[in-house]
Amino acid sequence: MNGDEACCEAALAAGCRFFAGYPITPATEVAESMSRRLPEIGGIYIQMEDEIASMAAILGASWGGVKSMTSTSGPGFSLMMENIGLGICTETPCVVCNVQRAGPSTGLPTLVAQGDMMQARWGSHGHYEIIALSPSSPQEMFDFTIRAFNLSEYYRLPVILLADETIGHMNERVVIPQEEDIEIVNRRKPTVSREDYLPYEADADGIAPMANCGDGYRIHVTGLTHDDRGYPAMDAKAQEKMISRLVDKIRKNRDKIIRTQNLYLDDAEVVVVSYGISARSAMQAVRDARNEGIKAGLIKLDTVWPFPEELIRSVAPRTRAMIMAEINGGQMALELERSAGGACPVSLVSNLGGKILHPGLILNAVAKAATEKP
Amino acid sequence: MPDKREKHILITGFGGQGIVMAGDILGKAATLYDHKHATMTQNYGPEARGGACSSQVIISSEEILFPCVEEPEILVCMSQEAYTKNIKSLRPEGTLIWDTDLVRTRKTDAVFKAFNIPATRFAEQLGTKMMANIVMLGFLSAVEPLVHAEALKKAVLESVPAATRDNNLRAFNTGREYGHSILKGLVKPEPGKHQD
Repeated sequence: MNGDEACCEAALAAGCRFFAGYPITPATEVAESMSRRLPEIGGIYIQMEDEIASMAAILGASWGGVKSMTSTSGPGFSLMMENIGLGICTETPCVVCNVQRAGPSTGLPTLVAQGDMMQARWGSHGHYEIIALSPSSPQEMFDFTIRAFNLSEYYRLPVILLADETIGHMNERVVIPQEEDIEIVNRRKPTVSREDYLPYEADADGIAPMANCGDGYRIHVTGLTHDDRGYPAMDAKAQEKMISRLVDKIRKNRDKIIRTQNLYLDDAEVVVVSYGISARSAMQAVRDARNEGIKAGLIKLDTVWPFPEELIRSVAPRTRAMIMAEINGGQMALELERSAGGACPVSLVSNLGGKILHPGLILNAVAKAATEKP
Repeated sequence: MPDKREKHILITGFGGQGIVMAGDILGKAATLYDHKHATMTQNYGPEARGGACSSQVIISSEEILFPCVEEPEILVCMSQEAYTKNIKSLRPEGTLIWDTDLVRTRKTDAVFKAFNIPATRFAEQLGTKMMANIVMLGFLSAVEPLVHAEALKKAVLESVPAATRDNNLRAFNTGREYGHSILKGLVKPEPGKHQD
């Protein structure tokens, strides 16, 4: 099956029973599969009038107690930004799948890019933390979709699945595990009495138990800065408290959220960092480099946000050079450079979208970095 | 670049001919029934029908990383535009397969095996030209056995609407038998059309 179809099957396996979306290449097959599969298992599929409404609908469904998701690509992702912020502010679990195509604007609808990396991080206004995962195969599309639901339920926020056109449309074998072998995380429920429950009173780890609408608890949900009751609290002190918690619940759990796949890091002199479809080209380049006797290594970012700063900071000083391979003008390359903190030179191998990176291009950069004087 | 253990196949034509579906079926046969590794990626334009379209299939005994087919060993052309655009990419000693009625080939010094079949015409004779891709797969299974014929047949049957299975099986067998006949010299291949 292709990556989009794998995303749908994984969402159902994770417990998703509500999908609202608007078809857009190259994410259409997610919606198409959902429209076919959800009614079969008692779920609801709605094609909305646009992506603004789609995002709003999945937030509502989540508060109704149902795991929900939407899928889109560049132009739709732009429209979703405001309500993704609403999801962050109201701490609403849901999953947004963005199968990236080349932008800006309508761009190249049927062709690959990875240009929404920073938009996923900072696209909604205000200061916040986000979680985004980047699959490199239809199998990872399946696995990471499950994980996206689990992370969204646990940390209570919209989790973004940052796929790309090639992965979405690529057909490969996908192994779907037995039901009992799939780990499912559900949102934490209140344990206190109705009288004592405050919807935004967090446990020690910064995460507040969530009562769904209709559970019998008194809840109030607003995009305004709010206090523990969920009521608007319009001052700097309330803002400081709320935003600090929203940021800390992710930042302080970085070690649990961030996952990378590392190859040959122990003795690597040149380390390529990449994600999504580009990570496959990078892995090919690193293997080819090893065959040529160049000590190359790879960090494949399964979690792209939060960025694995600590790992980069520990690897950079013992590395001759680091290279970011991505299909944009250099977005995650900036993060890599920042995290390396000058401990080694950082360069970029990229194109601006429309085709995937050729392993040879990355191999050339690796070879060049391996021979350059420090 | 491509590994020796890998087979690179490029199927080309225009949107609506079932080009992507043909690639999908070939990949399914390789992965699900022959238990190999395979990737299929596709290229198409924004149009639903009529635009240039291709599917790139890699079949390998090992994990496939870079999924693009740059120099196919097997090139299937189902439109003139696809032929003109892709013929230069065919690897020396590779195999060119084209739809007799839809492609005029050009005289070339390059050395490759060449087979043609009026796949669309055969499909029309069987009831609908929509099955030209399945005729072509049957033909491919005879002249270039990339996967087991039974695996490919299973993948065809699994991929088409239930009501059309018999017809598609007929289409597959038509292509396959035509391929065998040509290999055995029982049928003289049609001369094909050439550009001057």
